[in-house]
Amino acid sequence: MSSAQILQVRGLKKYFRVISGLIPRLSGEIKAVDGVSLAIGEGEVLGLVGESGCGKSTLGKTIMRLEEPTSGEIIFNGVDVVKLKKKDLQAMRGKLQIVFQDPDSSLDPRMTVGGSIEEALIVHGVQDPAERNDRVAGLMEKVGLEAGFVDRYPHEFSGGQKQRIGIARALAMDPQLIIADEPVSALDVSVQAQILNLMMDIKDRDGLAYMFVSHDLSVVKYISDRVAVMYLGKIVELADKREFFQNPLHPYTEALLSAIASLRPASKERILLKGDVPSPLNPPAGCRFHTRCHRVMAICPHSEPEFREVAPGHYVACHLYA
Amino acid sequence: MTADTVLEVKNLKTWFYTRRGIVKAVNGVDFTLRRGECLCLVGESGCGKTVTALSILRLFDSPPGRIVEGEVIYKGLDLASCTIQRLRQIRGKDIAMVFQNAQSALNPVFTIGDQIVEQINAHGQVSRADAVAKACRLLEEMKISQPERALKMYPHQMSGGMKQRAMIAMSLSCDPCILIADEPTTAVDVTIRAQIMHILQELKANRDMSIIFITHDLSLVREIGDRAAVFYGGKVVEVDTVEHILESPAHPYTIGLMRCLPDISTDSKRLPSIPGNTPNPIDMPAGCSFHPRCQEVMEVCHSKDPALMNIAGVHAVACHLFSAAGGKN
Repeated sequence: MSSAQILQVRGLKKYFRVISGLIPRLSGEIKAVDGVSLAIGEGEVLGLVGESGCGKSTLGKTIMRLEEPTSGEIIFNGVDVVKLKKKDLQAMRGKLQIVFQDPDSSLDPRMTVGGSIEEALIVHGVQDPAERNDRVAGLMEKVGLEAGFVDRYPHEFSGGQKQRIGIARALAMDPQLIIADEPVSALDVSVQAQILNLMMDIKDRDGLAYMFVSHDLSVVKYISDRVAVMYLGKIVELADKREFFQNPLHPYTEALLSAIASLRPASKERILLKGDVPSPLNPPAGCRFHTRCHRVMAICPHSEPEFREVAPGHYVACHLYA
Repeated sequence: MTADTVLEVKNLKTWFYTRRGIVKAVNGVDFTLRRGECLCLVGESGCGKTVTALSILRLFDSPPGRIVEGEVIYKGLDLASCTIQRLRQIRGKDIAMVFQNAQSALNPVFTIGDQIVEQINAHGQVSRADAVAKACRLLEEMKISQPERALKMYPHQMSGGMKQRAMIAMSLSCDPCILIADEPTTAVDVTIRAQIMHILQELKANRDMSIIFITHDLSLVREIGDRAAVFYGGKVVEVDTVEHILESPAHPYTIGLMRCLPDISTDSKRLPSIPGNTPNPIDMPAGCSFHPRCQEVMEVCHSKDPALMNIAGVHAVACHLFSAAGGKN
């Protein structure tokens, strides 16, 4: 990759312990994120796609250390986030921010939106109230809201406007990377386009990077530079956007792409996957996708495929390309 | 009303009387449903598409909701004004409904089999063995593997996709004439959505049944619909055949809605968007409810609400840009 990398994730794992029974005891582990490695360059947008329960949101939260990782490394700006003490972690979070899916539950209903944005500045030690007010007004303007709205409460805003406030709050400390966790999936299509355009404008102006988590491939295609696909806690394919959409290699990616309904008539026969995503509590042995794969081979149930570079910048974990 | 019309909705108005004001969720909706066709009701959240569907079977809470005007004609009977006893015989038997969220539509303390058998028995005296056999056949039609086992399962033992399919099976248990599917694929993942759309397509081909398919996703309309009605602000703003409406939409809202969808098959640098937000149903803009967001707004739009008019064949538009004679003004 040409530009400098601001985030490198190596072998990241996040297991959730499942405790059950009348006498509580450990009955299993949910391997939500199970050995993920990826990197994001300066000013780059990495789209992360997967179905519900594949671990994409947990990955985002674990990178922020909103969830403590089980093992692995998260290098942000040359510093291992996993080893940071609480105080240093907070300073780091000014530069590494997250925007959540549901703008309704991520804003405090009893706080004015100006207060919500200002809180980020207070936490990060901006002492002067006049300076804070100026910066809040500037942030509101940046996300396309009138500065006069600062004294209003979240319920007075529409879903799209609330998401703009969530973005303004994330931008408060001039972050270098924003993890956007399904930022438009709760919005109507006409408003979704506004928010996507806003995010692109901010990126072009401020040169920040996004990790854009979504289940919607057409949105990811619009916003990303590179795309990664996750299935049951692992990344199964990673490639540049153009390569990814023109030459998808993993059978799961093929199925995802063919499942998308398009406004244009379908050109190819649709690949219908069998069954549902297996439980992450008890993932299938070997390749985790083999139970639903339309190109399954004898080796797949026994051996887990390696995540390999099969073409420059195009990584895939599948025995078809071994 | 022509011979092949199975359902006719005329000037339907369903209002909700809340403490904060009257929510005119459905405010003058007209459409007809023909035999064997799939009509899609398309629109964004709050546009009245779901309340329209609920109004057909009067399934909304009353109070606060009330049908203040209009008729829903099914086989010569006005469902909007008939007795609740009469309506109960029609619900589930003649007109069945599939809801968006199968999780909350299924009863968690009964098995799937019990719930399907209950519906079969509610509309006719059938022996338990026959009812169970029928339930089993329905689950098989829904491509649920090991249907005998699935009958004995409780909803929490099933995945989201299975629950949605079990609910479709339940809705088909009395061989309805009309199936209303309210966003049946919104709560499931893309690969499961593809499975459910495939099942609905097969139902449409194999059964003599009309479908009202409600969705916010225009791309699903192409897959299943024959005709589509686009909703905005509690009204139908455009109706046409699916091919024609996707190729050459006429209403400025439909045009905007189509353009702001990121399409997987094209590369776009910047998405066109519709400025502003969907209107508040308590405080609708005067005149045409779309005029504050419309690119082609004219003087007349501020004061006069356009009526839905046929402009060519089955193509009807509610917009001052078009006149009844057809063609753009």
